[in-house]
Amino acid sequence: MDLISPDLGLIIWQTVGFAILFFLLAKFAWNPILAALEERDGAIEASLNEAEKAKMEMANLVAENEKLLQEARIERDEILKSANEYAAKLMEDAKGEAANAGAKMIEDAKAVIETEKQAALMDVKIQVAEMSLLIAEKLMRQNLSSEPAQKKLVEEFVKDIKLN
Amino acid sequence: MFRKFIRLSFLLSVVLLAFSAVSMAASGEDEDKTSFIMHHIKDSHEWHFATLGHTHITLPLPVIVYSGDRGFEFFSSSSFVDSETHHFGVEHEGYYIDENDKLQAVDESRSFIDVSITKNVAMLFLVIGVTLYLMLGASKHYKKHPNRAPKGIASFVEPIVVFVRDEIALPNIGPKYKKFTPYLLSLFFFIWIGNLLGLLPGAANLTGNIAVTVTLAMITFFVTNFNGNKAYWKHVVATPGVPLPLLLIIVPVEIIGLFTKPFALTVRLFVAITAGHIVILSFIGLIFVFESYAVGVASTLMVVFINVIELLVATIQAYVFTLFSAMYIGAAVAEHGHDH
Repeated sequence: MDLISPDLGLIIWQTVGFAILFFLLAKFAWNPILAALEERDGAIEASLNEAEKAKMEMANLVAENEKLLQEARIERDEILKSANEYAAKLMEDAKGEAANAGAKMIEDAKAVIETEKQAALMDVKIQVAEMSLLIAEKLMRQNLSSEPAQKKLVEEFVKDIKLN
Repeated sequence: MFRKFIRLSFLLSVVLLAFSAVSMAASGEDEDKTSFIMHHIKDSHEWHFATLGHTHITLPLPVIVYSGDRGFEFFSSSSFVDSETHHFGVEHEGYYIDENDKLQAVDESRSFIDVSITKNVAMLFLVIGVTLYLMLGASKHYKKHPNRAPKGIASFVEPIVVFVRDEIALPNIGPKYKKFTPYLLSLFFFIWIGNLLGLLPGAANLTGNIAVTVTLAMITFFVTNFNGNKAYWKHVVATPGVPLPLLLIIVPVEIIGLFTKPFALTVRLFVAITAGHIVILSFIGLIFVFESYAVGVASTLMVVFINVIELLVATIQAYVFTLFSAMYIGAAVAEHGHDH
């Protein structure tokens, strides 16, 4: 069998052999492998896209959370501020009322004191008048004969008054 | 590592020299000492593995003959071997195998076709078997574990499949690449595995046989021309944009070009693989010619070195054959949007 003259028998075997190899490989190896590779490429691509989407959603969620948090913070600040204001106002009001009440109480007390004073003065006046009347009556009743007796009597009365 | 390598090659050369002293003692001529090279390169009706002294370790192969008058006939190649010389030459059922290892009829007027399972046909079955085993094993993974990363044989096959698809088929054929990818993959793996198995000691030189390469090239030729579109054939028979007088020259050139493509494919693979085998065997032959330890060490080193290069060549030639096939197919199916 010469080196560069193709041998017919081998050509026939090679044709048949390669044809069988090709059909078996194409049917049972290449088509399944290539289809699987393509499918896997698709699956990987889809997974990557999904991951990207999930990442975006996550970022959106985080941003939304941040926003909500921010809003909540602002709301809290507002609530605190209004509460503070209200408390301050309440205190202010209370202070004013207390001051008013105190002033009124003082006023009332003063009025009561004045009334008591007036009443006491009236009492004193009445007593003085009664005593004067009493003295005058006693003086009248006893005969004011002598000077010393008169003096003695007056002194007696005065003493009586002090005792009262 | 390097010292180990040196020691190993020294040991190998000593072993080889010992063999040469025994096996070559009988044959005195230098020509006989190198005849094993051509014997290895060429096809044979028997598979000769080794010669130990006077014992030949040979696998006899079936001889199958088809002739118009006698139909199919089956013999064993051992029937044609002379028990004295261990060479072919004995006549059997009106046939004999001549000194070129070619089957001849005693009656020279008879015509027949020799479709024997020769050494290369046996090697062809081996290559097909190994290829099928590897690829079907790989494809099993994808059935069992869809959408999972490849494991085992699949992880070895997948990068190559992807490479052939994305680097050979897609850029050279274009949008219709899917139709031709299975063919290119079969071509690549057949040639590659054939080249690699051919490098094993005792293996046959299958992909370095011109009958094999011409068959593969012709398959590419038929695939190319059966799929050739209008633009491709118009380009061949009436090249657009070329004045009429020039067409007389261009058209024959184009038609010759159709056939030079498979011819180039045939010769490239045949020469690259056969030359590699010849170089390796020549270095081994040097040991027997010089019968010197120094040459033995140097030759063995060179053989190992060339073997490593041959591993590279095996891959490159498979790639080149597939690449050129893809380019020829691509040229035939391309939609020409531009004028030449």
